[in-house]
Amino acid sequence: MSEQTLFKVTVDNITIEVPAGTTILQAARQIGGAVAPPAMCYYSKLQGSGGKCRTCLVEVSKGSEKDPRPMPKLVASCRTTVMDGMEVKNITSEKVVDARAGIVEFLLLNHPLDCPICDQAGECHLQDLSFEHGKSSTRYEFQRRTFKKHDLGKHIQLHMTRCILCYRCVFTADQLTNKRAHGILDRGDHAEIATHIEKSLDNEFIGNVIDVCPVGALTDKTFRFKNRVWFLKPMDAHRDCPTCSGRVTLWNRGDEVYRVTARKDEWGEIEDTPDGKPGWICNTCRFDKKQTTDWVVEGPREISRHSVIAQGHYAGNIGTTKPTETFAAINDGRSPHLLMDIHSESEVNQPNLHLGENEGPSNGVTFNNNIKNA
Amino acid sequence: MGVKLLLEKANVPGIRTYDVYRREGGYATAEKALKEMTIESIVEEVKKSGLRGRGGAGFPAGMKWSFIAKPEGVPRHLVCNADESEPGTFKDRYLMEFLPHLLLEGLLISSFALGSNDTYIYIRGEYAWVADILEEAIVEATKNGWLGKNILGTGFDCMIHVHRGAGAYICGEETALIESLEGKRGNPRIKPPFPAIQGLWMRPTVVNNVETLAAVVPIIKMGGDEYAKIGVGRSTGTKLISACGNINKPGVYEIDMTISVEDFIYSDEYCGGIANGKKLKACIPGGSSVPILPANLLLKTAKGETRYMNYESLSDGGFATGSMMGSGGFIILDEDQCIVKNTLTLARFYRHESCGQCSPCREGTGWMEKILQKIESGKGEVSDIDLLWDIQRKIEGNTICPLGDAAAWPVAAAIRHFRDEFEWHIHNRELSQTSNFGLQHYADPIHVPA
Amino acid sequence: MSLQFNNEQMTEFKRLVARYPEGKQKSALLPVLHLAQDSFGGWLTTEAMDYVSVLLNIEPIEVYEVATFYSMYNLKPVGKFVFEVCQTGPCMISGSENIITYIQQQLGIKPGETTQDGIFTLKLVECLGACGYAPMMQVGKIYREHLTKEKVDAIIAEYRMQVAAKN
Ligand SMILES: Cc1cc2nc3c(=O)[nH]c(=O)nc-3n(C[C@H](O)[C@H](O)[C@H](O)COP(=O)(O)O)c2cc1C
Ligand code: SF4
Ligand code: SF4
Ligand code: FES
Ligand code: FES
Repeated sequence: MSEQTLFKVTVDNITIEVPAGTTILQAARQIGGAVAPPAMCYYSKLQGSGGKCRTCLVEVSKGSEKDPRPMPKLVASCRTTVMDGMEVKNITSEKVVDARAGIVEFLLLNHPLDCPICDQAGECHLQDLSFEHGKSSTRYEFQRRTFKKHDLGKHIQLHMTRCILCYRCVFTADQLTNKRAHGILDRGDHAEIATHIEKSLDNEFIGNVIDVCPVGALTDKTFRFKNRVWFLKPMDAHRDCPTCSGRVTLWNRGDEVYRVTARKDEWGEIEDTPDGKPGWICNTCRFDKKQTTDWVVEGPREISRHSVIAQGHYAGNIGTTKPTETFAAINDGRSPHLLMDIHSESEVNQPNLHLGENEGPSNGVTFNNNIKNA
Repeated sequence: MGVKLLLEKANVPGIRTYDVYRREGGYATAEKALKEMTIESIVEEVKKSGLRGRGGAGFPAGMKWSFIAKPEGVPRHLVCNADESEPGTFKDRYLMEFLPHLLLEGLLISSFALGSNDTYIYIRGEYAWVADILEEAIVEATKNGWLGKNILGTGFDCMIHVHRGAGAYICGEETALIESLEGKRGNPRIKPPFPAIQGLWMRPTVVNNVETLAAVVPIIKMGGDEYAKIGVGRSTGTKLISACGNINKPGVYEIDMTISVEDFIYSDEYCGGIANGKKLKACIPGGSSVPILPANLLLKTAKGETRYMNYESLSDGGFATGSMMGSGGFIILDEDQCIVKNTLTLARFYRHESCGQCSPCREGTGWMEKILQKIESGKGEVSDIDLLWDIQRKIEGNTICPLGDAAAWPVAAAIRHFRDEFEWHIHNRELSQTSNFGLQHYADPIHVPA
Repeated sequence: MSLQFNNEQMTEFKRLVARYPEGKQKSALLPVLHLAQDSFGGWLTTEAMDYVSVLLNIEPIEVYEVATFYSMYNLKPVGKFVFEVCQTGPCMISGSENIITYIQQQLGIKPGETTQDGIFTLKLVECLGACGYAPMMQVGKIYREHLTKEKVDAIIAEYRMQVAAKN
């Protein structure tokens, strides 16, 4: 094999060398930190993913050494490969910051502000995104979209109003299972994830859609409403599984296993197993093995970068300390806009509430009224 | 009378049939191309002709053809874009309905030049009877040896297939069209790779508009250089314009791009003036996606020069004071038309036609429609105008495919040129429900030819 | 499966599939769905879509995804004659609103509804490429253009006659 060609690329004034064929996003992730654009739809383990959400847009201020002309439009960094000598601006570009704030607003437009009752709260990429890149409160004054409810069976819960149509779960079903049973129906702003006829998703690997879903649209029914993730202690564990790698993260409280997920890296993606394959896990490991005795526990897991919890918005290590601070207190008095005050909620969720059904946009007041009325 | 290259024979009785078309000299150009010309020389003539894509983007056709990849052993395809769904555009339908063999002849020559043995016409599903006309013409052409195996003994095989869409404007975008042709949802692909490298079934593919491909016949017949002499500047040859709205003679016209906009609207040979003796208020000159222009900027450029019906002149002044040739859908609005309402119907159109893949377009188009609805129904506020402006700005350029831009531009242009009419709607909530802003917009007297 | 193409429809199905290369039979999905809709009562039942998925050897969800994307496929029963009236800009400025109101009055239904006798459905659609011949509507395979109130009356009467003649 010949030497791999290396390209020099500069992102936000930091230069690195990456193999030809690397995307701007991957290059930026190698640099790390705030230089890495947020990615809501791209998922490196899923072929064909990316390009849709547009949160990862960046400015290419210099195309390459050979052709230094800037690119006329912002480009999706997840689907654009680097050229030698390319210069990219992410957070150093005003255009990018402005466009991204717009994208975040679009993504939140029809998103119910039901974080307080959403299982994804605390590990939702949209929450993080809106915290980091969003602007003030919404300018949308119309009734949010609603959908007919679909039942996907006993393992997976679908909350369509929360879906951002990243297509990750569709790619997952296509690439991990032999028969895809769910997909995107309808088009435009009515497009939805569904099965068309009520059909439960029960392929042995379909549970992975829960791990790839960036928001709380697909959640684990066997975990729902039992607890808040930040009260749980994540532990790496494994078992000898005939179907999958059996390498998981257990989310425990005391000795009780509340939830089982695949292990995720700092970008919120499923980690590779030591043999270099993506560590997808099977339904048996995910849904049926809920005893510590089912597992060989390896030790506590550090929480990934993406979570608001782990970003230092909480003091201490989430794995070990129950947080007590309010959000505003640790953020110089800045209140989260999407989050609302999730901490003032009790750890017991309210399954009977569905704020997406409120007329018009909800705010804290609506929410509190709802709680009272519920 | 201007030069007619495409519609010259449109009025010959029976021209739709093979026999009449052949008698009128049809297929002679294809014979010349296949028997006497090389692939390279055909591409060269098309390049020399300066022919620009007639589907809307105006990309030089010869250049597009020369990009097609030619990997060993991989079939290549030509796809004819007959999706024609841009509001205001109905020229391709006219060509196919009346001159199906002209299109087939153009397709045959182009398929030969590109090495496409299976060529597809993707026609919008609603044009069902046009699809039937094309299918019939294909049967006739095949019977007479112009399609099929070893055409004219040259060893070239070519079959043309008609593929009906099923109601989706977005399938006019070339990669969505390819997806649709593969039996999928019409979601535009993320580029690169471009179709010329990986298109239909991941094979090298060229997608061209109906009119572009039909124009290949006169180009090969008269030679690229001769063709390029018609028209002006980079607007070579003739262009079909579908004119509609409040004019006396809506219809499809072939123009040679040297005619002024004013002549086109008011001369009896073309639109025949504004209907019912009304005054001209505004015009969308190139299909619903292009910026609307008020009468004064339509007839004259910002510099005060006469505006002509060609690519350069229509876009003179950029989006600030100009528009675009687009697809040639020429929509005229008279003094009684409400800009807010017209913009609303277009916003609704784009919301309805968004594929929903990318967030700015999926969410932004619906939002703009709702705000316009609010203003139109007399419930708007001045801040809504600024909000609209900001939304369209955040959509434009940030989407996967140009539908996002196409949705943003009409809104932007309407606000840019008719902000006072939006404000009037907002300040006159009740009045605006029963009457019309009319021509109050114009500070200067509007040009009305005698 | 009870639902099936008859011989003639099967021949048409085979002709459609033959247009695409070996192994690319999914490409025939749009035309085949048109055929199924025309053959099975003007709309696509789940059974019809499943049948198409079997014929083309693809997953049912691939058919549902496509059938729900394109506006020409009806996923609910429709009347014998569907009036698809264009409401986009060019038609609107040429008076489509009056025509739409008039049709609603004459048929006593709102857009999206079907008359009690199951003969007419009214649908509002976006630009059909007939802007120069506005106002207009599509009924089945054909376009009815330059609509006036009188013309609408005549068209309704014509279809009523057709139905009466069949009974
Ligand atoms: C939303 C959208 C709709 C389009 N619709 C059409 C169409 O109906 N017909 C067409 O020829 N081109 C259409 N185009 C342009 C095509 O993508 C493509 O540029 C064209 O078919 C190329 O052919 P040409 O170079 O011969 O014009 C559309 C583009 C977009 C973005
Ligand atoms: S359900 Fe989740 S994974 Fe699937 S498309 Fe929606 S947001 Fe993406
Ligand atoms: S811009 Fe609109 S139509 Fe184009 S890909 Fe995005 S959502 Fe689809
Ligand atoms: S992550 Fe790149 S567009 Fe969504
Ligand atoms: S706007 Fe009605 S047919 Fe084009």
